[in-house]
Amino acid sequence: MKTTKDIAALLDEPACEHNKKEKSGCAKPKPGASAGGCAFDGAQIALLPIADVAHIVHGPIACAGSSWDNRGTRSSGADLYRIGMTTDLTEQDIVMGRSEKRLFHAIKQAIDTYSPPAVFIYNTCVPALVGDDINAVCKNAQELWGVPVVPIDSAGFYGTKNLGNRIAGDAMVKYVIGTRDPDPVPLAGQRTDIKIHDVNLIGEYNIAGEFWHVLPLLDELGLRVLCTLSGDARFREVQTMHKAEVNMMVCSKAMVNVARKLQQQYGTPWFEGSFYGITDTSMALRDFAKSLNDDDLIARTEALILREETRVRKELEPWKARLKGKRVLLFTGGVKSWSVISALQDLGMVVVATGTKKSTEEDKARIRELMGEDTVMIDDGSPKALLKIVHDYKADILIAGGRNMYTALKAKVPFLDINQEREFGYEGYQGMLELVRQLALTIESPVWEAVRAPAPWKNLKPSPAVEGWVTTAGMQEVEQRKEQSPVGNQNKERCLYETPHPSLLPGGEGANTLKSTLLNVIEEVNNG
Amino acid sequence: MADVLKRNKALSVNPLKASQPIGGSLATLGFNRAMPMLHGSQGCTAFAKVFFVRHFREPIPLQSTAMDQGSSVMGADENVREGIKTIAEKSHPALITILTTGLAETQGADVHRNVREFREANPEFADIAVVGVNTPDFTGSVETGFAATLTEIIRATVPDAKVASTSPGKRKKQVTVLVNYMLTPGDLEALRDIFEQFQLRPVFVPDLSDSLDGCLTDEDFSPVTIGGTPMSEMATLGDSLATVVIGPSLAKAAEVLEEKTGVPTFSIDHLYGLKANDALVSALVEISGNDVPERIERQRSQLQDAMLDTHFMLGQLRIAIAADADLLNAFVDLVQEMGAEVVAAVTSCNVPLLSRIPVDSIKIGDLEDMEIIGRTNKVQLVIGNSHAVDTAERLGTPILRAGFPLFDIIGGYQKTWIGYRGTRQTLFDLANLVINYSHEEIPVYHSIYGQKPADELAKFDSNNNSNKTPSCH
Repeated sequence: MKTTKDIAALLDEPACEHNKKEKSGCAKPKPGASAGGCAFDGAQIALLPIADVAHIVHGPIACAGSSWDNRGTRSSGADLYRIGMTTDLTEQDIVMGRSEKRLFHAIKQAIDTYSPPAVFIYNTCVPALVGDDINAVCKNAQELWGVPVVPIDSAGFYGTKNLGNRIAGDAMVKYVIGTRDPDPVPLAGQRTDIKIHDVNLIGEYNIAGEFWHVLPLLDELGLRVLCTLSGDARFREVQTMHKAEVNMMVCSKAMVNVARKLQQQYGTPWFEGSFYGITDTSMALRDFAKSLNDDDLIARTEALILREETRVRKELEPWKARLKGKRVLLFTGGVKSWSVISALQDLGMVVVATGTKKSTEEDKARIRELMGEDTVMIDDGSPKALLKIVHDYKADILIAGGRNMYTALKAKVPFLDINQEREFGYEGYQGMLELVRQLALTIESPVWEAVRAPAPWKNLKPSPAVEGWVTTAGMQEVEQRKEQSPVGNQNKERCLYETPHPSLLPGGEGANTLKSTLLNVIEEVNNG
Repeated sequence: MADVLKRNKALSVNPLKASQPIGGSLATLGFNRAMPMLHGSQGCTAFAKVFFVRHFREPIPLQSTAMDQGSSVMGADENVREGIKTIAEKSHPALITILTTGLAETQGADVHRNVREFREANPEFADIAVVGVNTPDFTGSVETGFAATLTEIIRATVPDAKVASTSPGKRKKQVTVLVNYMLTPGDLEALRDIFEQFQLRPVFVPDLSDSLDGCLTDEDFSPVTIGGTPMSEMATLGDSLATVVIGPSLAKAAEVLEEKTGVPTFSIDHLYGLKANDALVSALVEISGNDVPERIERQRSQLQDAMLDTHFMLGQLRIAIAADADLLNAFVDLVQEMGAEVVAAVTSCNVPLLSRIPVDSIKIGDLEDMEIIGRTNKVQLVIGNSHAVDTAERLGTPILRAGFPLFDIIGGYQKTWIGYRGTRQTLFDLANLVINYSHEEIPVYHSIYGQKPADELAKFDSNNNSNKTPSCH
């Protein structure tokens, strides 16, 4: 189990902007008013995309049972990460102290059945509380069966999801990175004319396979990605991360501790960037070239940027006409607000307000630069506040994380999901095309009109038939029919004059209330 | 609005069309104690019977005039008279329909005369309704055969208001509902429920929900239909408060009924989607004078919620539909209401409705036409009958099974498509097909510098080719 000191050390992240404030950027969750995940959640999300590893969750069923089979991230081959594994601790295990033993056997079973290159053990609250020594179990198992077994001590009560990300990164630096040197450059990738540089991407999760929009460009430039931590990664790739010449922190700062520690231990420089939007994608490619200090690469990068930007801008042209002038409320979490703002402005859309809850001061300055000094910045992300802004600023669409999706839909507001659970990839130049497609899809959808319009019968005057009486028109009709055919089933005749319940008759019990509300409505309608 | 493209090739490949006698038989099977008899060779009946048995998974009463070489050349009048008499003697049904086939029509058969001759010769069977219908195979489709048969049955069995002294609205709760071939037994049950919530008593004509709903009865075997609209009800249709007609193909049947009875007609094209069902509910408000029941209001807002949830999957989705006109029209409305695009619309035969279906063009043709148009227009989802499953597989798209026949799934005949609830389920089914079919995924990219384990690439490539088309019924 981690000590308070360990956790404090993880929380103290010099590379994080929020660290400079009086309180740590990773504030304590507030009882009764917290919606985020726990440290285990964060650790699991950060590492689960490593596709060939057996990920075992050590705890009772709630931890893995409620979270396994997250389909956001994609693998190009190995799919062991899709198999949910947990020790599913029982009451007996906990009371009798058998949970360590169960974990030990669980590791063996995973190795026997799936022969993974490594096993990751995620610790959770219950075993942490009863004092399981998972480090010892992992060490023992590794020695016995010759497969790396990595403990990730991530009990939920240690803190937030963000802390969990760091715990995960910390475990990689401590146990995995630096345990193998990279393969030689494969024959297929050797090119005599250019120098090949080794790089890493940290915090790139390959949601919906979106990184495959970017990876071909890196290949073309001769940037060998040793590892993406952790989208579509393999254990053997993570092992080689120490050999990169430069690291890119992609968008989220969740695993910034990995970049910082790699710099400390191996002297690898790092920079921050994003692949969302045309401007940012180009910027990230330029930053690679710049930090690698290779003139030839810089020139080739510029050529590639020119080619790709020209191509994608041409393809975006028809969409621009459809989206121009549409008003957006942007409320983002992990993805940098300013990075998406420039993407939307590229399309001629108007960003009316943006969320800045997780933005740094630097981000905010950038937002002001893009949107003007009096731009609306939203810190209160409650559904009510968001909807108020949507209405006040007449936004055509809310762009936010999936958590807010149903808030928007219930309020009949078009919505675009840009969180990690989403189904579509928006990265790179190609991703912009998907983004506009999705934007147009929801904004132009005929369903909004269909759900906002009242039911056709709501426009009719309220009919007294509600109280069991026949309408005047109905009465006349009945009289007419009587004249037409005097013979008929008298009993059936009476059916139309439905006798109201006595309590509903004028003067009867309850009549006043019903009657008066109805009359009010009629009056209102008559008065227009 | 639609440009109707006529058939322009000699060979029909993977046909979409089913013949008129099939539709005529289906209409007949919705009446109680009924027996359809196809006037043609035995094969005409045998194929139709297999068609229905595979679709409904029920025994199907269906007879044949069994024309042979002699009667085909020399005249088959005797076959018709004898056929009617045999059925009347053996099982004494309430209704016998004589549906002509291509063979009989080519020969020049006059079944109406044959029926009159039978009437004169056999007064003892005067209580059996015998209706002859011209349903040659070489024109029309299931839809027109169904409509023609229903029209003739109404003409023959609904008495004129003056003769029977019926008057509209004498039965204050009764509403006649003429339903076309696309309403399944499950749909009719749901529709009955909606009418009853408005305190109305619907009389379905015909009523497949009572005869082909897959119900076990006390009788082990019956040579004729068990359940369906009773002939006795037909005499009361003139007393109904109103007639609701579902399906443009039934316009003629509705016209005949109104002429005979004077009961006012409410026409509704179909019951798929929000707007269509709003039209039904508005009509029922008008007919019954009652307000919309709370339960229906709730189902309406449930549908609206489902529309929001599914518009992400269905918006801009490129859909191909192969179906007869009424059903095609219904699906076009449904998917367009969701923001999807109909990029291939194929139907079996030309009917007036086609020109007002809101798509650019409609091809009169077969499933091959759908395949070709669909491929050109990069279709993403197919809606069609069980024959279209292979087509969808070749196109690499999922398929929503609908129409006739549905032989490769269980319970397709019972699926409820209509009403706010049925529509909601259809939207869910469509959306599930889209999200479970990873067709639009970003293609996997393998870096030229990749350090992935060596065995992985080969394994992945071999796995990748075994995609199978998922489907929903």
